Amino acid sequence: MKMDTRFGKFGGMFVPETLMPALEELECAYARLKDDEDFNKELHGLLASYAGRPTPLYFAKNLSRKYGCRIYLKREDLVHTGAHKINNTIGQGLLAKHMGKTRLIAETGAGQHGVATAVVGALLGIKTCVFMGVLDIERQRLNVFRMKLCGAEVVPVASGAGTLKDAVNEALRDWIANVRDTYYVLGSVVGPHPYPMIVRDFQRVIGEETKKQIMEVEGRLPDAIVACVGGGSNSIGMFFEFLSDDVKLYGVEAAGLGMDTDKHGASLCKGEPGILHGSLSYILQDKDGQINEAYSISAGLDYPGVGPEHSALKDAGRVEYGGITDKEALSAFKELSVSEGIIPALESAHAVAYAFKVAKKMKKDDVIVVNLSGRGDKDMEHVIKVMK
Amino acid sequence: MNVFDGRKLFVPFVVVGDPDYDTSRKIIMKMIDEGADMLELGFAFSDPIADGPTIQLADKRALDNGACVDSSFRMIREIKDCSSVPISLLVYSNLVYKRGIDKFYADASAAGVDYVLVADVPLEEAGPYVDAAKKHGIDAVFIVAQTTTSSRMSLILEKVSGYVYLVSVLGVTGARSGVSDSTLELVSKVKGKTDVPVLVGFGVSEPAHARKLVSAGADGVIVGSAIVKIIERNLGDKEKMIGEIGEFVRGMKEGLERSYH
Repeated sequence: MKMDTRFGKFGGMFVPETLMPALEELECAYARLKDDEDFNKELHGLLASYAGRPTPLYFAKNLSRKYGCRIYLKREDLVHTGAHKINNTIGQGLLAKHMGKTRLIAETGAGQHGVATAVVGALLGIKTCVFMGVLDIERQRLNVFRMKLCGAEVVPVASGAGTLKDAVNEALRDWIANVRDTYYVLGSVVGPHPYPMIVRDFQRVIGEETKKQIMEVEGRLPDAIVACVGGGSNSIGMFFEFLSDDVKLYGVEAAGLGMDTDKHGASLCKGEPGILHGSLSYILQDKDGQINEAYSISAGLDYPGVGPEHSALKDAGRVEYGGITDKEALSAFKELSVSEGIIPALESAHAVAYAFKVAKKMKKDDVIVVNLSGRGDKDMEHVIKVMK
Repeated sequence: MNVFDGRKLFVPFVVVGDPDYDTSRKIIMKMIDEGADMLELGFAFSDPIADGPTIQLADKRALDNGACVDSSFRMIREIKDCSSVPISLLVYSNLVYKRGIDKFYADASAAGVDYVLVADVPLEEAGPYVDAAKKHGIDAVFIVAQTTTSSRMSLILEKVSGYVYLVSVLGVTGARSGVSDSTLELVSKVKGKTDVPVLVGFGVSEPAHARKLVSAGADGVIVGSAIVKIIERNLGDKEKMIGEIGEFVRGMKEGLERSYH
């Protein structure tokens, strides 16, 4: 490998030998294309005309009044397909095209990454296959239909708990068997190098836009930024641009039924370093190193691992990671809907709930930005069931 | 004793503790009795990404019935106490990492393990694993796959000290219907580059596969899923399970011997 494969001690490439040449090929293609003028022109063209970027930075007047500080929402919920995932799938889809790959595979939890891959597959005319746990298929039926509508094949994964972790396992197995013509569109900043770097780079646009926008309206940097962390792509995309600035960064994990129960998805807050899906990072595991099942009301945060760069940021103390329970997330889900008329994804509702806690300690002129990573349409059926 | 003395080796694979501790131990002893030249033993892992559905289910059965790293080492010690058959361990990296790399290899050595292959540790990450293996007198096994480039192959052959595990198919573990020409070509390519023995695994399930591979120069074959399938099929009748595995091992062994007698 030509590039650094680690973030501090975390990251690396823990995959079977069969995949190594494919990762080398990917790194090499990315190194060649990332600063290529034509590639970037095509990428930014599609981000603008297809995905609908830049997304607005919205001043949430009603919430700001209620909490006594200035609350902004970065509206990733407004991009095409309804979540930040599309930033990455357009980028990786173009990479796949330039590498001459004829098939895309992806894993999905909440279905947002699956949908974002399916539409890019349709857009670029590349056959697409999405792996999804059977439990997630049940709780995200609408997204399954959207993927199929765009021509993607959705493969149900019944092993394990039938959630995101199992979908990743199956996608990796498929890739091992079809590595020559298949491009694996990983949906988060997890997995072996170079994925955590590539996905982060394609998501950096969130933070770059936010910085420009907040400077325009406030004339200064925010005091705090809050984003939810499952695998961690929306949060790293938001945080990266602000890492060397004097801005407090908060990453919010799923506390599920409570941090003191075994029903949560808080790899950073409650896990230990270990190796899952190709990289060394904080993971939820037992004393032997068997991977534990994660739990969250939100399918997108229901993952027992996290991106290695987050692990490095945690150990460095640069980002503060905390948790929000199912109950708190649901309450924020309702509060944002009632007070601003914006229905967030359950994942993003975790960030909103945490932002409310942070906001309570802030002063009147303090500025806080929440990354609203996705919209709640996909969660309607599930929330109706839970709220009954 | 060097097991690679010119014979062609038959190496059966099972997951330690599949379907349960006692039966697993009986299966392994039976395979030794029927002439297994070496054993490849897997430690059950919750997320075995290099394995197909057959071995995944074996891992799950073992874990559901209480298999853990301690009990797996204990079983290996028990086997080694009554047999000198070489044992090769196949593990996923997190089991090694969590125990502490050095401690894992120390415990493996104490249990009598001869070789260790960490399925998801390629050359790039192998440093600390190879060092610990060396320190504790264990040979490090590496995979050469269909996709491995010539330059990677040279680097792998420098690091390997036990045998080369040649993965015969592009894909995960599981029985396949035949052996492809590209596999046979890969076998002779690797044999032309190294004196380290080459064992072929993934997808090998019949004496005919084994004969083809050894005539191409392989030093032996590793068969996993075909054996684990017998366990899966006979969960209700342990005696029949062990009997069938014995027959299978005998058949493979005879098939291999015919290839060079």
